[in-house]
Amino acid sequence: MNLYEKTAYDAAMALEKKEVTSVELVESVLGRISEVEKNVKGFIHLIERETILEEAREIDRLRAKGQRSSILAGVPMALKDNMCTMGIPTTCASRILEDYRPPYNAHVTEKLQQAGTVLIGKANMDEFAMGSSTENSAFYPTHNPWDTNRVPGGSSGGSAALVAADEVFFSLGSDTGGSVRQPASLCGVVGLKPTYGLVSRYGLIAFASSLDQIGPLTKDVRDCAMVLEIIAGNDSRDSTSVPREKESYSSYLGRDIKGFKVAMPKEYFQEGIEEAVRESVMNAVVLCIKLGVEVEEVSMPHTSYALPCYYLVGTAEASSNLARYDGVQYGFRAPDQDNLIELYLKTRSQGFGSEVKRRIMLGTYALSSGYYDAYYLNSLKARTLIRQDFENVFQNYDLIITPTSPSPAFVRGERLDDPLTMYLSDIYTTTANLAGVPAISIPCGLADGLPVGLQIIGRPFDEGRMLQFCFALEKMLGFKGLKPKISADGVLKDVS
Amino acid sequence: MNVSKKEVEHVAALARLALSEEEKILYTDQFNVILEYIHRLNELNLENIDPMTHVQQLRNVLRKDIAKGSEKELVVRILEESPGKEKEKGFFSVPPVIEGFEMEE
Repeated sequence: MNLYEKTAYDAAMALEKKEVTSVELVESVLGRISEVEKNVKGFIHLIERETILEEAREIDRLRAKGQRSSILAGVPMALKDNMCTMGIPTTCASRILEDYRPPYNAHVTEKLQQAGTVLIGKANMDEFAMGSSTENSAFYPTHNPWDTNRVPGGSSGGSAALVAADEVFFSLGSDTGGSVRQPASLCGVVGLKPTYGLVSRYGLIAFASSLDQIGPLTKDVRDCAMVLEIIAGNDSRDSTSVPREKESYSSYLGRDIKGFKVAMPKEYFQEGIEEAVRESVMNAVVLCIKLGVEVEEVSMPHTSYALPCYYLVGTAEASSNLARYDGVQYGFRAPDQDNLIELYLKTRSQGFGSEVKRRIMLGTYALSSGYYDAYYLNSLKARTLIRQDFENVFQNYDLIITPTSPSPAFVRGERLDDPLTMYLSDIYTTTANLAGVPAISIPCGLADGLPVGLQIIGRPFDEGRMLQFCFALEKMLGFKGLKPKISADGVLKDVS
Repeated sequence: MNVSKKEVEHVAALARLALSEEEKILYTDQFNVILEYIHRLNELNLENIDPMTHVQQLRNVLRKDIAKGSEKELVVRILEESPGKEKEKGFFSVPPVIEGFEMEE
């Protein structure tokens, strides 16, 4: 087995037992990257080899002296390119931030640095995290390692593809309407959106502030628990960060899940779901029952209103968040302007891509005079109803099980000219963001050789038991250990 | 309810976006498709429902406003990212805001 194929946990254990060094882990993933990255295109920016190795050497030196800052010290990882890294390009996959080097680190960057993990590079994404396929990157689309003609999902498509292709041991993504879970599902990895308020967004470039959360993308459930432990916790620099005692998520793993009550909302198995996805998730439901879990069908009647609600709330917040890109203080400034208004107009028109402009406009429209009540205010009321659906179900059930995405990875270009069809990729994931509850996607099978993900949604701050449940289910599902074709024969299909 | 090209132009102006003729036509079409989908919300009875402004019940989270680190060094680092021309003077520069006003050297 090549080192790069290990899970983060196994890599950490090998470090702990002094079987490998961090330098060797770095060399292994860099070798892997030089083999497959040209076909995956998961990175926007790779950090210089010598810089990475120097960091790894330092961590090895410390470890040799018996000092390690966390169990994951020395393990290579990637960050989505909307998380600020001091002095290292942070582009949001946008021309408007193409040359931006943040003067500070995001909270999660700091946490991972303090934990001694080794940053390999910044992962590709849809511009400003707006998209479901990573085709909206201003630079290039990322390819799905399971089939390079297909999308990896989005917006954290780079983060998911890098983990699936074994180019890093884990990564972070951000999830506003499914942007961690949907690419995790399409790439066959684990992706968690924590409870709103669990992970600080300080230094995460904002998209829709009442929905955004940062979460891990990992090779399995145990890795997810370990990474969450590092990044969760209160931070005074994000006023939505909730003061709570730190939890040991790993300590939940391995506990029995017999007697768990799980709800299966029928609305998630209706609209637009592909048969192979339904079958795969239903298989998992049968396994749950075998494990002694009580599964019952329920109704969450406002589910089909989540997506329209999301596209109003999300775009309204985005239109205001993205007003800061004016070409004045940082980022791109269009040349040749005679006055301030022209500077704004030209900078924004040349700097933003098509989807970002579309969403800024939709949000501006929803907030504009005469439409505010009909659109924005109504969407907030609908949001109340969607949250109530969750509160009602959680009175009687511990968890909710649904598919993550209505279809497996789709072919690149297929949905690009049709924004509404693209938006429908998020039909099962936006609900958790609107309600602020945690949700995780784990791979549950293959459909025509492409991964299918199932979603487990929990009560606020119940990540521990969600992970406990997923850990037990993962063992039964038999997906773990399945790798995309690239690792079987070492080469990807030709990319035309 | 249909959105006209004129409304798209108005919204673009509010959002400080200059659109090409093709973009205006494309966005008008796409707006109408997306808004038609969004109009699903009208099926709901939203009377007497409170709008949800936030997930949490947090209010007025305050902290002391204290600058961290050396201010001078921070100013240099921040201005380094500025696309304007007169960084060395310690300012963000923009084109003239008031016409007929020339800055004295």
